Amino acid sequence: MVEKSSTAPLAEAAPPGARWWNSALRRFIGTRELPLLALIILVVIIMANRNPNFLTIANFRAMAVGFTPTAVIAVGMVILLVAGGFDLSVGAVLALSGTVVARLVLDGVEQPLAVLLVLALGGGIGAVNGVLVTKIKINPLVATLGTLSIARGIAQVMTEGISISGLPSSFGRVGGEQLANIPYMVIIMLVIVVVGDLALRHTRFLRQAYYVGSNENAARLSGIGVDRFRIFAFILTSVLAALAGVLLASRLMAGTPTAAQGLELQVLAGAVIGGASLTGGEGTVLGAFLGIVFIGIISNVMTMEAVSIFWQQAVTGAILIAAVAFDMLVRRRRV
Amino acid sequence: MRTPLLEVTGVNKSFPGTHALKDVSFELLPGEIHALMGENGAGKSTLMHLLSGVYAPDSGEIRIDGHPVMLRSPRQAQAHGIGMVFQELSLAPGLSIAENVYPNRAPTRPGGTIAWGSLYRQTRELLAQFEIDVDPRTLVRDLNITTRQIVEIVKALSLDARMLLLDEPTSALPPNEVERLFDVLRRLKARGIGIVYISHRIPEVMAIADRVTILRDGQRVGTHPIGAVTPDDIIEQMVGRKIADLYPARADSFGQELLRVEGLSHERDFSGISFTLRRGEIVGVAGLMGARRSELLRALVGVNKTTSGTIAISGSPVRIQSPEHAFALGMAYLPEERKTDGLFLKMPLRQNISATALRDFARLGLMSARKEAAVTQAYVERLHIRTPGVNQLVGRLSGGNQQKVMLSKWLVRQPKILIIDEPTKGVDVGAKVEIHALLRELARQGAGILFVSSEFPEIIGLADRILVMVEGRLVGEIPAGQATEQNLMLLSSGYTAREPAAGG
Ligand SMILES: Nc1ncnc2c1ncn2[C@@H]1O[C@H](COP(=O)(O)OP(=O)(O)OP(=O)(O)O)[C@@H](O)[C@H]1O
Ligand SMILES: [Mg+2]
Repeated sequence: MVEKSSTAPLAEAAPPGARWWNSALRRFIGTRELPLLALIILVVIIMANRNPNFLTIANFRAMAVGFTPTAVIAVGMVILLVAGGFDLSVGAVLALSGTVVARLVLDGVEQPLAVLLVLALGGGIGAVNGVLVTKIKINPLVATLGTLSIARGIAQVMTEGISISGLPSSFGRVGGEQLANIPYMVIIMLVIVVVGDLALRHTRFLRQAYYVGSNENAARLSGIGVDRFRIFAFILTSVLAALAGVLLASRLMAGTPTAAQGLELQVLAGAVIGGASLTGGEGTVLGAFLGIVFIGIISNVMTMEAVSIFWQQAVTGAILIAAVAFDMLVRRRRV
Repeated sequence: MRTPLLEVTGVNKSFPGTHALKDVSFELLPGEIHALMGENGAGKSTLMHLLSGVYAPDSGEIRIDGHPVMLRSPRQAQAHGIGMVFQELSLAPGLSIAENVYPNRAPTRPGGTIAWGSLYRQTRELLAQFEIDVDPRTLVRDLNITTRQIVEIVKALSLDARMLLLDEPTSALPPNEVERLFDVLRRLKARGIGIVYISHRIPEVMAIADRVTILRDGQRVGTHPIGAVTPDDIIEQMVGRKIADLYPARADSFGQELLRVEGLSHERDFSGISFTLRRGEIVGVAGLMGARRSELLRALVGVNKTTSGTIAISGSPVRIQSPEHAFALGMAYLPEERKTDGLFLKMPLRQNISATALRDFARLGLMSARKEAAVTQAYVERLHIRTPGVNQLVGRLSGGNQQKVMLSKWLVRQPKILIIDEPTKGVDVGAKVEIHALLRELARQGAGILFVSSEFPEIIGLADRILVMVEGRLVGEIPAGQATEQNLMLLSSGYTAREPAAGG
């Protein structure tokens, strides 16, 4: 009875002045979102002073529309990463979905139905990925690299490598029009990001992602359907990739089989910069979104500063490594 | 008077929210086995981490052979002759004994390739010093737990250590194997090596140690020659009060049959296992190394597949496919390995506690952090889990406190049938009493509990009925009250395996 009193005050005791800063700083660095947000604001401030065309509504609108497909996919990808998986086929699924939806619409299928069919196609590919990884136990790298090639290949065969164009103008509405000066694309993206973030933080169902990714054995023995959840996460990621494909096709008014080459790496880089770990158990949707925003702003900045497009890819890689290295250093000190 | 090998004076160490060591002093003489005891979270492992260079003290002094030293890394500690074996085993299971004993300092040939011949010879010589006759090429994965523990020690000594730090080396060992480890320790002691021995098992400390230092709440409460204290003194100094009854009273009547297992067999691990478990009953499974008790438990809940036999729950036959399925049938299983199978180390306490019963912590599909916190707080108080708060990451708790979290995590689910592999591994005496009381309470509310323990006293004290297992077979059944450590040991060593009448 007596000994309990000694632990409680320890926890509650207000730390003296110097310690307060220390713990505030620790908490700040401890989350990934806050430092990243600070960094983004810093870049924006610097650029606003360098280039008058940077801090304009037009530029920000273009930027946001530009990273919408990546951000939409990242919502699924980060949940998958938290659950200890990852998916390289998202860029290919995006391209395949774009071409299939264009083909269907051209062939006269009702647009909502065409979209649903394409989302189902995405779900199907995700289910295949999930089953290959969880049931047949193929490494996710290999499995999704395989579906990547297959999806890309089918998209090319279907179109003989040429974009499908000549779509009715009604198909371009979502991709091209705006509501109160905000493109529909961006609204859709923000809704998915906000809902995704809240759901991953608070729902019972998505909480399972953290258990599954933190310790698969313990999750199993805690009665959590590990395989079932992972398959779900693969399906979700792929459905969002298909949705991104539809959005992009609507914006470009075309189904392009070669769209989104290398997009999977951008998605992964954004998620990891935002705090997700490739070993599972860690990450948030907000973090991944900010990571994607950061990459988007940096590449916008580089374009404005007339940096060659080829360098931009190299810089994305460097940022990724810097972010992970920073994370490892902070983590090592925290033990 | 000999100069101490190691002298610690006035060290302090804090973690965020915890003052783990307060002004602690400690000394180790050559050829001495110095036990370090204290409740879970008292600071034993932290002290050992300071001595092995894992953490630096916030203040205070460490002297080796009378000279002050700064130990900035495990490598430096090794260079000063300190060898250590941590609470969690750290060997690489996929590598051979030799490769484990000499990681990155294997003898090499000119050109940098490993001289396998001399590596194996050196390792064999080291092993021979402890009369361990295994091929140094054997993979660690294929060794039993005692041999692994001894290989850890051999590894720690391979750098000519003069001091050896052992953190709960026997917590995973069955009773008959402890003596083997003690042989090794006595041999080292005779060579003048000083040993720090952390343990929660008082009888073992009484048997092997020369002196005992007791920590409470990060402070040293005393250092005594072992002849000058009784087990009760030690307990009283550790927990700050006397503990009257180590075990709760047994039940006097049981309810209906909950679990009936008949002729359960596994490819290699066990065969022909039959037993029953009733409501309100606690059944203990005793056995020694190689009895395959853990394998049996894992098969019961569908982790391992069985080849034949039947299981019936409350009279209806079931085929259990997976732990998830077992859960749905009201059967929960607490694994032996808390780090690999039990806990989510990178997640907060409260999220660990809720994992097995997510539904109970959610409303309209949303998790209630407040409910998680409240339930967790209740367990923290009941089991004296030492933590700065319910949001602390479980990986930052001391070993014994992690064990308590693991137990709470499955108790939250309130299973009908609870299957536990080592309920109190690494837990201090006081908390053990609480855990035993909690299990008895659960049984009284109508659950049936089947547990395995490597401590005979725990089996005798807690169980209503004891099953004895030898090499994958049940060889006897002893009602509570008739069991003694001696007859359990005899039965477990297969002594009466040829006389099936044993125990009845
Ligand atoms: N890395 C860490 N971060 C935060 N707190 C820590 C860390 N390591 C230890 N602690 C805290 O320090 C205290 C002492 O822990 P320690 O591991 O030394 O206990 P112990 O005596 O070895 O207990 P046990 O018998 O359970 O192993 C505990 O309250 C623990 O939670
Ligand atoms: Mg410890």
